[in-house]
Amino acid sequence: MTAPFEIEVVGSVEGLPKSAIGPRSLLWWGTFGFMLIEGTAFLLAAAAYLYLRGQAGGWPPPGDAPPDHLWGAVFTGVAVLSLIPNLWTARMAKQKRALEARWGVLAMTLIAVGLMVVRGFEFAHLNLRWDQDAYGSVTWLMIVLHTTHVVTDLGDTAVLGAWLFSHECGDDQFSDINDNAVYWNFVVLAWLPIYLLVYWGPRWL
Amino acid sequence: MSGRASRIASLFAGLCAASLAGCAGPQSVFSPASDQARWLHGLFGLMLWVCGIAYLLVLAFLAVALWRARGALAETPITEPHDGRLQWGLRAWAALIVAGLLTLAVASFLVDRALAGAEPRGDPSVRVTGQQWWWRIEVKDPASGRWVESANELHLPLNQPTPVEVVSADVIHSFWIPNLSGKIDMVPGRVNRLTITPRQLGWVRGQCAEFCGLQHAQMALDVKVDSPADYAAWVARQAAPAAAPKDPVAARGLALVQDGTCGQCHALRGTAAAARAAPDLTHIAGRRFLAAGAAPLTRGSLQGWIAQPQALKPGAEMPATGLSPRDAEAVAHYLEGLT
Amino acid sequence: MTGAADIHAASDAERCARLAKTWGDAPGLWGFLTTTDHKKIAARYILVAMALLVLDGLLAVDMRLQLAFPAVKRLGPQGFNESFSLHGSSMLFLVSVPVMEAMAIWLVPLMLGQRNMAFPRLNAFSFWMYLGGVLMLWIPHIANVTPDLGWFEYAPLSGPNYAPGHRADVWAQMITFTEVAALAVSVNTFATIMRLRPPGMTLARLPIFLWSMLISALMTIFALPAVMLVTSMLITDRLVGTHFFDPAVGGDVLLFQHLFWFFGHPEVYLIFIPALGFVASIVETFSRRVGFGYVPVVLSLVSIGVLAFGLWVHHMFAVGLPKLGNSFYTAASMAIAVPTGLQIFCWIATIFGGKPVFRTPLLWVIGFIATFVIGGLSGLMTASAPLDLQLTDTYFVVAHLHYVLVGGAMFPLFGAFTFWYPKATGRVMSEAWGKVAFWLILGGFNLGFFPMHILGLMGMPRRIYTYSDAMGWGPLNIVVSIGSVIAAGGAAVFVANALFSYWRGAKAGPDPWGGATLEWATQSPPPAYNFDHIPVVDSLTPLWTQTGPRPVLEGLSLDHRELLLTSPVEAEPDYRQHSPTPSIWPLLAALATSAMFVGSIFSPWALVWGALPVGATITAWFWPKQPRRHLGDKP
Repeated sequence: MTAPFEIEVVGSVEGLPKSAIGPRSLLWWGTFGFMLIEGTAFLLAAAAYLYLRGQAGGWPPPGDAPPDHLWGAVFTGVAVLSLIPNLWTARMAKQKRALEARWGVLAMTLIAVGLMVVRGFEFAHLNLRWDQDAYGSVTWLMIVLHTTHVVTDLGDTAVLGAWLFSHECGDDQFSDINDNAVYWNFVVLAWLPIYLLVYWGPRWL
Repeated sequence: MSGRASRIASLFAGLCAASLAGCAGPQSVFSPASDQARWLHGLFGLMLWVCGIAYLLVLAFLAVALWRARGALAETPITEPHDGRLQWGLRAWAALIVAGLLTLAVASFLVDRALAGAEPRGDPSVRVTGQQWWWRIEVKDPASGRWVESANELHLPLNQPTPVEVVSADVIHSFWIPNLSGKIDMVPGRVNRLTITPRQLGWVRGQCAEFCGLQHAQMALDVKVDSPADYAAWVARQAAPAAAPKDPVAARGLALVQDGTCGQCHALRGTAAAARAAPDLTHIAGRRFLAAGAAPLTRGSLQGWIAQPQALKPGAEMPATGLSPRDAEAVAHYLEGLT
Repeated sequence: MTGAADIHAASDAERCARLAKTWGDAPGLWGFLTTTDHKKIAARYILVAMALLVLDGLLAVDMRLQLAFPAVKRLGPQGFNESFSLHGSSMLFLVSVPVMEAMAIWLVPLMLGQRNMAFPRLNAFSFWMYLGGVLMLWIPHIANVTPDLGWFEYAPLSGPNYAPGHRADVWAQMITFTEVAALAVSVNTFATIMRLRPPGMTLARLPIFLWSMLISALMTIFALPAVMLVTSMLITDRLVGTHFFDPAVGGDVLLFQHLFWFFGHPEVYLIFIPALGFVASIVETFSRRVGFGYVPVVLSLVSIGVLAFGLWVHHMFAVGLPKLGNSFYTAASMAIAVPTGLQIFCWIATIFGGKPVFRTPLLWVIGFIATFVIGGLSGLMTASAPLDLQLTDTYFVVAHLHYVLVGGAMFPLFGAFTFWYPKATGRVMSEAWGKVAFWLILGGFNLGFFPMHILGLMGMPRRIYTYSDAMGWGPLNIVVSIGSVIAAGGAAVFVANALFSYWRGAKAGPDPWGGATLEWATQSPPPAYNFDHIPVVDSLTPLWTQTGPRPVLEGLSLDHRELLLTSPVEAEPDYRQHSPTPSIWPLLAALATSAMFVGSIFSPWALVWGALPVGATITAWFWPKQPRRHLGDKP
């Protein structure tokens, strides 16, 4: 079969590169789209939290205790500090330094595992159950929603790390490392408003 | 094409006009019988005019556009059109739309203010509770200051702004009497209010307007606008205890109601039956309808309902009573006397 | 990799053969299950949605038989409630939105001169998830676990206290399925339109159709999380005893409505906006001129997309919110008439300034204008907070929403179906039968739905399975039922025409209508690789302005799947992206996800254990093919 119309070849794209990193890469746009979706979900959950708070007589409702501070603060501190190795890993990927990037991904995996342990203590010190009242339900909703993102990123980072230690790193993988780091930035930044609402909302917000 | 389009349009105009004449009725926006309903009716009239003119303008422009020229697929398409006049048309069109919208928005705002302004201060004198699938009616007895309970039939005094409080006992319902007012939802956990200023005596009808489960269709409210004297008499009648049985059969009916299953859910003031799960039966025979409009209230329908409630209103909360035909007859006979 | 000399040396026939081999699927069932061809995926979507459209239409006829006369005993309350719940849920979640997405999946790459979507495997996954949603609703229906609480399932009616059994769970999980699918498609469409445009197709030369698909993809991204959130809350209320909607312990039943309508109102527009894209393409082609008012139309689409998120409260005027807020939402809802009205002007002006050719697709657009405008105007009435108190939840709204969704979205869809049918099948649908179907559907629809306005004003509420003779609604209801039967007859003619033309229609050739955009610059039906070369674009209507030989680029591999990526605004060639090959993993991932969703109806632990196979299948899906590294190798 031939083209149904007369054509004139006016150029070639043969010389173009076969991969790109950061916002130039196609996968970055997919990641960005999913971050928009999840960011909207976080915003709406926060809106639901504030809405229920506005409807309630007191916050926390009389008889409920606010969550303990310690483990929430630990999680927040570690998460914010983890941005340093995370950004470093992304920079190594952009510079196509496979050795460093690989160790960076491993470090991020271990940090995420550690954060999951801290998250477990957070749940234990919320001082309320999801089924005792709407305050409990919406608090759990926010933290569970965020935890699913930590788990997703942990899974992704761990698989990426395992792959990097067993395969030769191509250009596409540097792009993957960068996108993975971008996603972790998102997970950490999304946590900050949730942390404020969950831990400070029942106190002075 | 334009001919056919306009023929269709005129068909609808005719259909519309023909049916509007027959649209008045006991449950119709077209027969407003209160201040509130009249304002809304007027607003609807204005909207119909503005929107009707807008629609005719669109159709006229479309007809002209279609009539002007014909083309063929083989023709060379126009890729650099000269649209100076159409550009001006677009601006004029935008101005028209904005003017029309301003008219409608201002009118809507004024009606909203009028509705809010008609609300008297002070406590409501009528409370309606939506329940699957009937209406609990409570009115304040001005004589005693106590709340008097009834069900599925509401009376309102003529020319008096009456604040009505609406609540729900289970799921969301919506309180709607089109001839008297727009609807207001009955939302669990909230108390809503609306005010009705009836201007016309007589019976009208309301119906639940928010889907509330299996028998949403059979949740009607019978409404009567009374003269102030009649209204006071109605309230006094509702406040009175249930009439005593007049004959032995009725007495047996009362005994069955008190000792049998009826009294576990229903209340008959002045008797031992005092449960509040189901409609108050103290003056049931004074009402025009049975089971929230499911049937006109007659001896026959009462007896049928007692024997087989699920046949008349499948899914209704009222269980089969298990009474023998003779017992059911006695109960119906007793209830028939409770005017 | 193919060497440069190799590409140049390849003859036309040889390069086509090599491209066909590279982009083709494996034969047989394996190919069917693994395909990532956007045309095949879209065709499946459209066939499933059309089949459901027929089923939902039959449900509608069934309901109209029940309501044709007072006190009919056919369906009974349970049967009727199931019918309208199934009709509404299926039409909105499984037909209208997915069919518009399917049109995007099929057309966007073709209109961009591309060989596939940005994320082909995600595309396959979307379809399988959508199919899962279809089965999630209809298999329980066969097993008599049909949702029976409407398409909105307000709490607390749908909560644990008033909806025992699993009917409400089925509804909520069906939504989870379809929203996962829809969100995946919208990310895919968004990335495709932003990065896979042909060189020269700057944002200022993006056809209106692609603008409409881009905007509705973005709207999907912002709107659908709300419904996923609210159905998740409903599921946890029912499953693990949370109290989001329980006022006794601090919950709030209106939270459900706020979240639902924050999604629900934009949803209407993300059905309607793609339809405007169809209208733009059809009007332009059959008026034989470039569309009037490109800039106003694009700005209108954008402003509809933005405004759509500021009106959800107009679905809640009767719940008793403060009056001041209601006035704001009245103004915002009315304001949307400005961009919509301007677009209507632009379509008519295009016909006015062109030379209309009265083929069936244009008839559908004329029917769209004449019908949709009635829905828009009745929308103004319902936008007024006080007047809406008389209109909402009555048959007036049933009329309004069908004028908007059928007149505003389905008529353009039928036009689009007729318009692009020859491109998809290589054959043209019968004009004569197309016109018969058009007049039957247009007439039947208006006869069926116009009287509903009056019924609503006469006090007939929505969602009632019966009414008494005394209400006086009988005569108009029989008219409505007759109209709906006529429209159903028209739909049957339409379907028969589509089926018959598939085998017997006149051969189409690449460009039967003299179209303006790139999809007409390839064969009908397009080969697996869509285009032999990369087209270059220099105007909004490239096929009309490029009168000489068409300029193209070459240089993409013939033996590996490659796409040309261009910059997001100016569409400058950027790099060559490897495009994934067919794979079974999207299907397996969808199966694993389905198992997790279905399981979570019964136990919250399904989310934990179900996540493991989901993770495993997704890992396999994305596993890159690179040589293994041996210990001690340099990185």
